[in-house]
Amino acid sequence: MRAARVLLRPVGFAGFGLLAIVLLVAVFAPVLWEGRAAATDTGNLLAGPSAEHWIGTDNLGRDLLFRVLVATRLSIALALAATAIGMVLGVVLGAAPMLAGRRVGRFVTSSVNVLVAFPGLLLVLFFAVVFGVGARGAALAVGLAGAPAFARLCHTLLAGVSERDYIAAARIAGVSRLRVLLRHALPNIAEPLIVNATMAAGGVLLTFSGLSFLGLGVQAPSYDWGKLMQDGLNGIYVHPLAALGPGIAVILAGLAFNLTGEAFAAAFGIDVVPGMARVRAVRKAAGEDPERTVAAPDPVAGSILSVDDLRVTIPGARRPIQAVRGVTFAIRDGEAVGVVGESGSGKSVTALAVARLLERPTRVEANHLVFAGEDLMAAGDPRSLRERLGTSMVVVFQDPMTSFNPAHRVGPQLAEVGRFHQGLGRKAAFARAVDRLRAVRLREPERRARQYPFEFSGGMRQRAMIGMGLMGTPRLIIADEPTTALDVTVQRQVLGLLAEVRRDTGAALLLISHDVSVVTEVCDRVLVMYAGLIVEELPARDLRTLARHPYTRALVAAVPDMETDLTRPLAVIPGSPVDPSDVPAGCAFASRCPLADDHCRAAEPPLQADAAGNRVACHKAGRPLPAETAEVTA
Amino acid sequence: MSLLSFRDVSVRYGAHTVLKGVSLDVADGQVVGLVGESGSGKSTMARAAVGLAPVTSGRILLDERPVPHRGRVRPVQMVFQDPYSSLDPRMTVGESIAEAMPERLGKQARQAEIARLLALVHLDAARAGDLPVRLSGGQRQRVALARALAARPKVILADEITSALDVSVQGAVLNLVRDMRRELGLSMLFISHNLAVVRYVADHVAVLYAGEIVEYGPTARVLGAPRHDYTRHLLDAVPGAVRRTSSGNGRHAPTSPLKEQT
Repeated sequence: MRAARVLLRPVGFAGFGLLAIVLLVAVFAPVLWEGRAAATDTGNLLAGPSAEHWIGTDNLGRDLLFRVLVATRLSIALALAATAIGMVLGVVLGAAPMLAGRRVGRFVTSSVNVLVAFPGLLLVLFFAVVFGVGARGAALAVGLAGAPAFARLCHTLLAGVSERDYIAAARIAGVSRLRVLLRHALPNIAEPLIVNATMAAGGVLLTFSGLSFLGLGVQAPSYDWGKLMQDGLNGIYVHPLAALGPGIAVILAGLAFNLTGEAFAAAFGIDVVPGMARVRAVRKAAGEDPERTVAAPDPVAGSILSVDDLRVTIPGARRPIQAVRGVTFAIRDGEAVGVVGESGSGKSVTALAVARLLERPTRVEANHLVFAGEDLMAAGDPRSLRERLGTSMVVVFQDPMTSFNPAHRVGPQLAEVGRFHQGLGRKAAFARAVDRLRAVRLREPERRARQYPFEFSGGMRQRAMIGMGLMGTPRLIIADEPTTALDVTVQRQVLGLLAEVRRDTGAALLLISHDVSVVTEVCDRVLVMYAGLIVEELPARDLRTLARHPYTRALVAAVPDMETDLTRPLAVIPGSPVDPSDVPAGCAFASRCPLADDHCRAAEPPLQADAAGNRVACHKAGRPLPAETAEVTA
Repeated sequence: MSLLSFRDVSVRYGAHTVLKGVSLDVADGQVVGLVGESGSGKSTMARAAVGLAPVTSGRILLDERPVPHRGRVRPVQMVFQDPYSSLDPRMTVGESIAEAMPERLGKQARQAEIARLLALVHLDAARAGDLPVRLSGGQRQRVALARALAARPKVILADEITSALDVSVQGAVLNLVRDMRRELGLSMLFISHNLAVVRYVADHVAVLYAGEIVEYGPTARVLGAPRHDYTRHLLDAVPGAVRRTSSGNGRHAPTSPLKEQT
């Protein structure tokens, strides 16, 4: 499948096509035309192009076209041999730190670094002189000269792979270093290595021709393209084709290698790490359906945020993924609402959609998405939207490392908000940034403001992020797993800070978390999401005791807290979450639900509100769960 | 009787001391929980025991002998936090597990052993042919456990093995740890920053702070009646703890007694 994908691109098609032709000529030309290439025609010495000799003859009257074709084999073979020498040597040198202790490794790495600094051609000439003129010497010279670059590449790739836990696990299991290298490390860096080797082969071909052209490479009576060019050079003003012919051959073969390499690179670049690409697509992914401008019901009165029938569709490899399938909720002024659910339940996508951070090709649709009295769905281009949203909506992400630009100091990044949204001058904005860092209780805010994000700990970065939100007066804080990457003690501090900010500013909070305990502690109300839908909504304090949806109850029971009964196994939710690209009919939770019957599997339960305003989407809401049926297949 | 014993172990990277003379015993059939914040040296302790971190001074002994770091027999095994990084994406589940087996087995014996190990971690034997890409996080973590068990270890070091998992899956893995301990009499050093999780699986708890063990004892005692300030501070930080202990106190973060709040 991957091969097909490579071939179907124009670059791949051209690359592989050319390469196939070049290789076919290399294999068959000497067999077919060796005789004609060697046949002397004394009547036609150094002749120009004619019907008989298309690009002329050399000083012995031999046909140059056939000589160019026959020379393909030697030229390509030598180029491949030199590439192979360079690659093998490069891999050995690059893997040295992994195989032979730290000291030897460091020595090898520094030597390679020094060699990489030399111009490649200089190395080639140096080695060519050392190994002597001739095809073999030249192949060794070009190979050796190419080795440092490969070694550097290989070393860098290996360094990335060797930090993976599976390498550590293999070493702990007693697998020898060599086997770890051969079985775990090299296969996982093979793709970029092959891509680079393919491209390098093109360069090596050129270098080799250059050596032969200079007379350091292939010697008579053998001939490669470089040698033919050298021979043709004398008459270049009279019969330019004699020198240009082999030159064109070099270009075509070089192109064949490079295009093939490019095609490989493009193909491998797509999904070397499946999943990652998808996540990134989700994060990056805008646009709304222009047709969907049906009459929208009015937003819930007194709410800072009102969302009606929000749907998010992400284009998938096979079919579009419906990450959010129709979510309706409202947040009152100053209220804290939590969203809980497993990964893939659509909770983060909901948050990003509300903040209008999803871009094309992801499609966001809603009857309305009203924030502070303004329908964000109707708002025009993202830029004007950003300006009008200004600082009233704040988003805090899970990973505080990636939410700051690592190349800029923290203070100016905060100050930028003030300059852009509040029209403050440079000085005033910076002063405000320092003040805000103090507000989130960073010690020495003046010094901290001049530091880079990497100089902050995770908790400090998260505080600074909240500080950035406080540059204006937020009315809604959207926090997507703000404490997941943090320690309990730091988590406590960040949650405390959020609570304090809310008390001081009266901002509402939309807190996305997988941690039921965090949500119950911080929030007033909880939305439970499963497979892109809200399945239950209830007051946070009732989550542990009054939840009616079997999924909510299972989710709560599955998490041990400081009062969990130690004598019984933890409740588990059997099966695995629904694949968002393939949601079954009926209740999405039915296949994992101990209460499910045929009706559940056939009809999707509507989200119904009771007198108290709590909502639940379940045909069996509130029925007692059967005794432990701990089937473990997670 | 197998006893993993840290005796006055220090680990230093350059000028930075990660562990300062730590002593800890993991007795036969015991699960010892190790808690502390990131940077306290929890993972370094485990990594030092399997030879992944250099021990500057002190000794790590298994049954009074140094833990072997060479050869095929490795009685101390480790399971990592991130199940997406701990399995080679290019090796099938069966190959990964077979690699950790201490002796070379014939094809059939190997298949049988893989099936046995997969059954231990409640996975279908048919999974042996799958690549990790096809497994969920929880399933991967089970495979990682099976691989550790394949080495026939006397002690398993579990480094935050549930913190990268979804809550619904975390419970299943914790149950599995308890089952294996009951059925196999496994000894384990269970590292986690989640006190509720440690409370659920460990008999004893050691609290690590800035490279030193500040409190050690039976789980119920340490978590029920902590003696050290830092342990109390850690307990206060557990979500939901504030409401339970003092409802009048509001939802404020208690400032750390030991570390300035930066």
